[in-house]
Order: sequence, then structure tokens, then C-alpha cells
Amino acid sequence: METKNLTCINCPMGCSITVELDKDKIISVTGNTCKRGEDYARKEVTDPTRIVTTTVRVTGGRSAVVPVKTRQDIPKEKIFDCVRELKNVQVKAPIRIGDVIAADIAQTGVDVVAAGSVEECAAAAGSIEE
Amino acid sequence: MYDIIIIGAGVSGAAAARELSRYEADICVLEKEEDVCCGTSKANSAIVHAGYDAETGSLKAQMNVRGNELMGPLARELDIPFKRTGSLVLCLNEEDMPRLQALYDRGVANGVKDMRILPREEVLRMEPNVTDSVCAALYAPTAGIICPFELNIALAENACVNGVEFRFNTAVEDIVRLDEGYEIRTDNGTFTARCVVNAAGVYADRIHNMVSRNKIHITARRGDYCLLDKDAGRHVGMTIFALPGKNGKGILVTPTIHGNLLIGPTAVDVLDKEAVNTTADGLRQVAEKAQLSVKNIPMKQVITSFAGLRAHEDGDDFIIKEADDAAGFIDCAGIESPGLTSCPAIGERVAQILCDKMGLKKKEHFTAYRKGIVHPAQLDLDERNALIRENPAYGSIVCRCEMITEGEIIDAIRRPLGAKSLDGVKRRTRAGMGRCQSGFCSPTVMNILARECGKSIYDITKSGGGSRIVAGTNKDTL
Amino acid sequence: MREYDIVIIGGGPAGLAAAVSARENGIESILILERDDRLGGILNQCIHNGFGLHTFQEELTGPEYADRYIRQAKQLEIEYKLNTMVMDIRPDRTVTAMNKTDGVFTIRAGAVILAMGCRERARGALNIPGYRPAGIFSAGTAQRLVNIEGYMPGREVVILGSGDIGLIMARRMTLEGAHVKAVAELMPYSGGLKRNIVQCLDDYGIPLKLSHTVVDIKGRERVEGVTLAEVDQNSKPIPGTEEDYPCDTLLLSVGLIPENELSRGMGAVMDPATSGPKVNESLETSIDGVFACGNVLHVHDLVDHVSKEAAAAGRNAAAYVKGSRTVKNGGGKAILLTAASGVRYTVPSTVRPEQMEDSLTVRFRVDNVYRGRCISVYFDQERVSRRKRPVMAPGEMEEIVLTKEQILGCPELETIRITVEDE
Repeated sequence: METKNLTCINCPMGCSITVELDKDKIISVTGNTCKRGEDYARKEVTDPTRIVTTTVRVTGGRSAVVPVKTRQDIPKEKIFDCVRELKNVQVKAPIRIGDVIAADIAQTGVDVVAAGSVEECAAAAGSIEE
Repeated sequence: MYDIIIIGAGVSGAAAARELSRYEADICVLEKEEDVCCGTSKANSAIVHAGYDAETGSLKAQMNVRGNELMGPLARELDIPFKRTGSLVLCLNEEDMPRLQALYDRGVANGVKDMRILPREEVLRMEPNVTDSVCAALYAPTAGIICPFELNIALAENACVNGVEFRFNTAVEDIVRLDEGYEIRTDNGTFTARCVVNAAGVYADRIHNMVSRNKIHITARRGDYCLLDKDAGRHVGMTIFALPGKNGKGILVTPTIHGNLLIGPTAVDVLDKEAVNTTADGLRQVAEKAQLSVKNIPMKQVITSFAGLRAHEDGDDFIIKEADDAAGFIDCAGIESPGLTSCPAIGERVAQILCDKMGLKKKEHFTAYRKGIVHPAQLDLDERNALIRENPAYGSIVCRCEMITEGEIIDAIRRPLGAKSLDGVKRRTRAGMGRCQSGFCSPTVMNILARECGKSIYDITKSGGGSRIVAGTNKDTL
Repeated sequence: MREYDIVIIGGGPAGLAAAVSARENGIESILILERDDRLGGILNQCIHNGFGLHTFQEELTGPEYADRYIRQAKQLEIEYKLNTMVMDIRPDRTVTAMNKTDGVFTIRAGAVILAMGCRERARGALNIPGYRPAGIFSAGTAQRLVNIEGYMPGREVVILGSGDIGLIMARRMTLEGAHVKAVAELMPYSGGLKRNIVQCLDDYGIPLKLSHTVVDIKGRERVEGVTLAEVDQNSKPIPGTEEDYPCDTLLLSVGLIPENELSRGMGAVMDPATSGPKVNESLETSIDGVFACGNVLHVHDLVDHVSKEAAAAGRNAAAYVKGSRTVKNGGGKAILLTAASGVRYTVPSTVRPEQMEDSLTVRFRVDNVYRGRCISVYFDQERVSRRKRPVMAPGEMEEIVLTKEQILGCPELETIRITVEDE
């Protein structure tokens, strides 16, 4: 038997939830005050996932970096594999929101996409208004 | 071999350099920091004192009154803002009236003009925020406010334009007497000079004691200050002092020349000559004591606090003379308050000593006038637009709080002895000096500095040395 | 002098939503003045996700959220000027601005919408003692350096302030390779969302030190360490609780202040509780035809609320320009909206029944963490509504909705009071 303590993130209540586990099987979820809390706890204990947002280097753009995100959430333990893989990625401006920056990041099957756009440097020079 | 080496580029060193640049001489200023105005000169009350504080007959009294007289014309020549706002010394108890009267009498003896002792009602009419418990005040209309950075920078710039050389990041480590003159060993080369001016601020005792057996001793006396938002700048219209005690003039409340409100300083003797850290106790004292003189100070509007060190010499007076046992070594030591006020007179006196000693000849072409950085905010609409057409950088605001344009920042970097760091830009233009304390503008100013100085962004510093601002690029350690 | 029906000061989320709404309400001539080199405001540097759940029912990053509005504004061909700083606004709605190409120019505006956003409180506001070396950044400055410029402000980081920006920056710095040693919070509770505490701190094992503050900063050139100490109920450091944290960077996330230099300059009546201008039900300031929305009015925690509020300001400004309003600024009967026990402020602060839309959202903040209390609304002495709230915190904006019908039903009504009450 194993117990895990979590803080529910669904609302400002921040219920302290206790999950009892037998190997991978959930025995009980206590401490939550609503159904959302239980769902959160079950997911968080068995398959915690996160959307990762970070930056990737850009060449020839108005910004040095472009914001990126995983298109879907990825396993929590893959977060650092994801950002480490992105360390060596460089993209050329222009970049549009949604452009795939790195496919199948850290073997998660999830793509990393641009979450912001970066215009080319030359296009930016000299003109203030578009 | 230089004719004269000046150690220290604070207000005393810069004023001496500027006065000496009127003469035919090879002059060099050695400064341990990366810029002028990095020690005592940068963190003080920014007051031009009238001259009633110092003991009659003391050098402080003489220099103060003379410096006050010279400041008006000097500010015009160097194009720096200076306002004679006047000052009040408050008397809060009837029994202290004799001390207020004594201060007045001393002022008269020192040659301070136009002072008056004002009754309570007149004080409150003049300054409604002065504490209700005031019973009288000494009013000195010749006191004023000035920007110490601009004064220091302008003096140095003008000296530079008139041929004085400046070497920064050059700290004096030892001075060796030669048959004729001195050899000055630094962490950035060895220099020789016929005469030396010691304007090393809190370090002036160390420098003096390198060449003289008649030791002097300077104590660094720290003062904490709080600077308030411009919204609080009109809380008082002139400098408000408490009656002085034995450790200095006490905590003052004053408008600054740029429209903020400044309160401070405390007075704490410290062993470490670099200890410009504020303390919780000091900041609390500043707030408490300021409120004894002035009511309703909006302490919520403090935008920054800082500490400065005064160079207090054991003899309690300025030492401005040739060392008794070291010919050609001129001290400019113990320059604590009223040092800022006195600097024009100190420069004049140092120059006179060296002129007499070395038989210096006046230059044919001395440029007395300096044009400061153009502040577009002070121009009328047509002038401002003409400036922007000529140089569009003046149309781009970088510092939103103080409304400083890119043009001003570029000027601050490119002009003689230009800014090399964020603090250098700040002291020359006020970019980063406002209510957000450089939160918005620092990334932009860093980029301008890197571009103008041809440096990598990683080498841009807050104030030289190891004060780098960014450590690397994203993910570089992953 | 050029003339526009509506001039909007600021092209961030508030300015953009106000512009789109004004255009949708029939105003052709609109100009947005933006000081940065792009539209979108602070959202451009908020690259984390979590924006837009209310507005678009999906989780977007800041730049993506901004992009939705920027595209709308461009589709609607709303005019804007970038790199343009507004210097001054007169009460007659003459706007003076400046940029590199036009120089200093003035515009006459039929209506003005203030949407300048907010700025961060600096170290001075807390009077943190110590040295003043490099390495002390406001969280927003660090966010800009990392997320836009791609520079790391430092390697070993302590963060003061656990509002959402502080929490978000703890994760951002960690994901870019820095080591965040602690987040200190002066209050006994965090001002940030639970989700951010879990996903920005707990996920990375970053300790949150509640009731702690920075009592010393060490290092003469670059930060070499900070000292944290526990504080008592009066927020005063407790001697003997000091702990040294060697680090090269201190991030300050100690509060946001509406940026109202222009509003104050034009003489708008300010609300000391919000640091924003006082507004009526139309989000109109004390100056005729000058409206305010977004963080310049009061600091929001969700951009979705900003967009909604700004859309209302845009609608109201449009009605003002079209002359379709029945009462003038300052005219008509005005009911006072007041924040009573437990409530810090309300926006708006007055309601003119004749001028209000069918319903009015009143936004407010509570002054402490409350569990199991109610929000009650009083019409003069009579309680008209009471809603149980399991938990309320100063960091989460609350709202109630008043209907026109409800208010017209009480012709004698003078004051509406919002308060926190026991069950």
C-alpha cells in the first residue's frame, strides 16, 4: 500500500487529496470536496501530464527566440527531455503560430509548435507601420 | 611624465581637473571605477548649502560660502540645472531657540547673505507640511538643490574637452617618491607625475599615508536615504533641516532638482570603505526622523533607497593643502558635507596652489562652456520636431517614467567620457531613475549600449567590473 | 489636427478588445496608439499557457491569445500606430503623441479609451535593505529577457513574491536551465493560483516559503546571496529566523500598479484602493468621454476578464460618440457602489440606472483569505442577494451581476454595498 498526497488545482479551495494505491491500482481517493477533485487526483497519480511551453532560437528574425508549446500535454517525466531536445533546435524566421518546430518531441508522439510568430528581420527594418 | 596626476574622479577631483585645465599642463585623472561620480559624489543629499553650519574660520566654512557663490555661474557655464530654493532649519522647542540664534550668528560670521529667523506662522505659510510643533526656523534663501551626477559629469567632460586625460578602472596601489615627482603604481599600469592631487574620497587617507609620515585618518560615515516618487516631489518646496546634532546635520527632507522628494541621511561610522549597503534599521530611522520635521510624508511612494559614505577626517575639517613632508603632493581630503557645495571652491583652491607652485601659464584657448545633453522634453514643439526630423532617435521614448528618448541615451554614450554602463546612462540621462526603476527600459538600454559600444550584450554591466546583467542564453546549461 | 472618433491608448489585450468592440458597434474612425514595436502588450512575453479558457474555451499561450485579437483588429482594418508614445491627454481629449516618423503630433478624439496596462512595483516600494548590485530584476523584466530576447538573467535564483508572475517565472527559469532555490512570500498565503503553485513549484521541487521576506541583499557588483527571514503577523521580520541563500539573481514579483500617469495628468479622479481612475457604469472616468479598461483601471488576474471589460468600454465609447446616451458625464441620478467589510474596492464605483445596460458586471477583490463565507449585496439597508463562496482570496477577482430591472425596481436607492459575511 502506498499513499500519495496532492493539492487539487481546480479551484482556489486547493483541497488536500490523499490517494491510496496498491501497486498501480487506486484503492481510495479522499479529501476532495467535488468530483473534479477525484478525477484530477486519479489522473495525476496514474498518468500525470503537462503542456510544456518554452522558447526556441530563431535566426534572421525580429526576436531572438520564438515561444513554443507541445501541441498536447506530454508525460510529466518527459518535460526535461523535451526542453533538452529543443536546446539544439534553431528555426528560421518568418515563423507563424502553429508551425511545427519539432515533431514527435522526446518520443512522446506530440509535436512542438510555434506559439507566437516572428517576422523576418529585413521586413521589419525601416517600416514602423505595417 | 605628467605634470599633474589627480587621483579620483569625484566632484573634488573633477573640479580640480576642470580648474587646472585652464593652464598649460599635462594632466591625468586616475579613477578606480569605470566612470566618474562613483563614490561619495553619487550618493548624498544633492544640496547646495548656504554655509551657516561649519565652524567660523574653518576651511569648510570658507569653501562652503565661496562654493555657493560660484555655483550659479558654474551651472550656467556647464549647462546643468541648479535652483536656489532656500532652506529652513527648524527649531521645535523654545529652549532650543538659543541654538537656532547661534546658527544664525555663525552664518553671519561666515558671510552667508540674507538669512532670517522666521516665526512659526511664517514658516508654516512658506511650508505648510512642516510639523505643527515648529516654533521658529532659520531661513537661508541662498541654499539650493543641484544634480550631483550632472555637476560631476559636466566638470569632468569640460576638463576632458580642455585636454585632461582620464583613465578609468585604474586603482592606485602605491606611490613612490622620485627625485622629482612621484611614481604612481596602479592595477592598470605605472604613471609618473611632477605633482599629485589626492582627491580619493574615503580612500584619501590611504593615498596620503603612502607618501607622508604625518598620518591622517578618514572614517567612512554611512548615510541611508529614501527617494520618493515625483508625485511626492512638491511635498516641500525647499530643504528642511532639523537643528544639527553632533553627528552631522540630521535627517533632512528636500525636493530634488528633478522633482523627486529625498529624505535622509542617517550617520553610522563603518569600517568598510565600500559598505554602501542600506540597513533595515537605517531605513526605519530615515522614515521616523524625517516625520519629526515634516508631516504626512507619503512613505508608500518610496521608489528606491540607497546609502552613501561621507569621508570624515579626524580633524573634522577639509584638508586642502600641500602635504607638509611631501612636496608637490596636494591633499584634497576629508571632503564630507558640504563637499558638493564646496567643489567649485575646492577646484579653485587646488588650482591656485599648483599654479603658484609650478608657475603654470594660462592656456590661450580654454573652453569654459559645455553643452549638456539635449532634453527634448524641455524644447518647444517646433524645436522638438526639428530635432526629431534631424535625428529620429529623439522621437523614440526608451524610459517611460522619465520620458527619456533614444537620442538622449545615444548622446550620453557618444559624448566625451561617455556612459559605458546602465548606471552611466542613468546618471547622465535619468533613464531608469524613475518610478519603475529601470524595469521597462533596462533591456532596451542594454541593447543600445551594446550596439553603440560595439560590445556583446554579455559584457554590458550595471556599473562596470563584475556587475554583468545577463548570464547567458536560454537552455545553455541544460 | 487629425481627428478620430475613438483614440485608444495602448494596443495590449484591453486596447485591442475595446477597438474590436467599438468597430462592431459601428465606429469607423478608430486609432490605437501603442508604445511597443508590436501589438499585444504584455501578452507577448507571457508565453505560458492558460489564457482564454473563458473567451475561447481553449488553453492558449499569451501570444496566441493576443494574436486572436490582433487578427480581428487587422481584419476590421482598425488603424494603429506602433512605437508611438502618448505624452499627454487634455481634458478636451486632445491627445499628444510622438514617434520617430511623425515627430510630436496631436489628435483630437471624440472619445478616448485608456488601456495603458500596469507596471511592476520596484524594490524601493518594499524598502529591502542591502547592496544594489546587478542581478536584481523585476519578474517582468526577467520575463522579457528570457521569453523575448532569449537571455538568462542568472543561474541561481531566489524569487520574492508568489503571485502568478513569480510562480510562472520560477518554472520558466527552471525550464531554461536555472536553479530556483526558493520562492518567498510575505503573506501567509500565496496570491497565485493553486494550479500554478502545483505546476510551477511542486513539479520542480521549488520550496514556497510563506510569511518570509528578503531582509538583506549581498554582493557589491553582482548579487551573491540574499537573506530570507520569517515575518510575524505585522509582516515584520522575526530576529533569529534569518537564512542565507547564495544566489546570483533575485527576482521581485511584489505587485502591479495601474499605469495612470496620463490619467492623473488629465485630472481624472483616482481611486486610492485600485490606483486606477474612478469610473461609472459605462467605465467612463470623471472626464467626459474618457473611458478606461483593463489593468489601467484595476489589476486583473485573468485576461479573459480584461477582454470582457474592454469590450464594454468599447461599446460605451461607441454610444458616447454616436450621441446615443441619454445622460451626460456627471449628470443623472448616480447610485454609489461601495466596498464594505471584507471587500477592498468595486469597479465601477457609481451606477446611473438610466445609463446602464440590461446587466452590469461589478468586479471587486476581497481583502483576505475567507473560507465558507458569503458575498452579500445590500440595496441601502436591505440585503438583496447572498451567495455562498467556499473560498475567496485577494488574488482572485470576484464579480456580481446587477440587472437594470432590479435597480429600476428601487427608485429610492442611494447606495449599493458589497460585503463579505458569515453564513
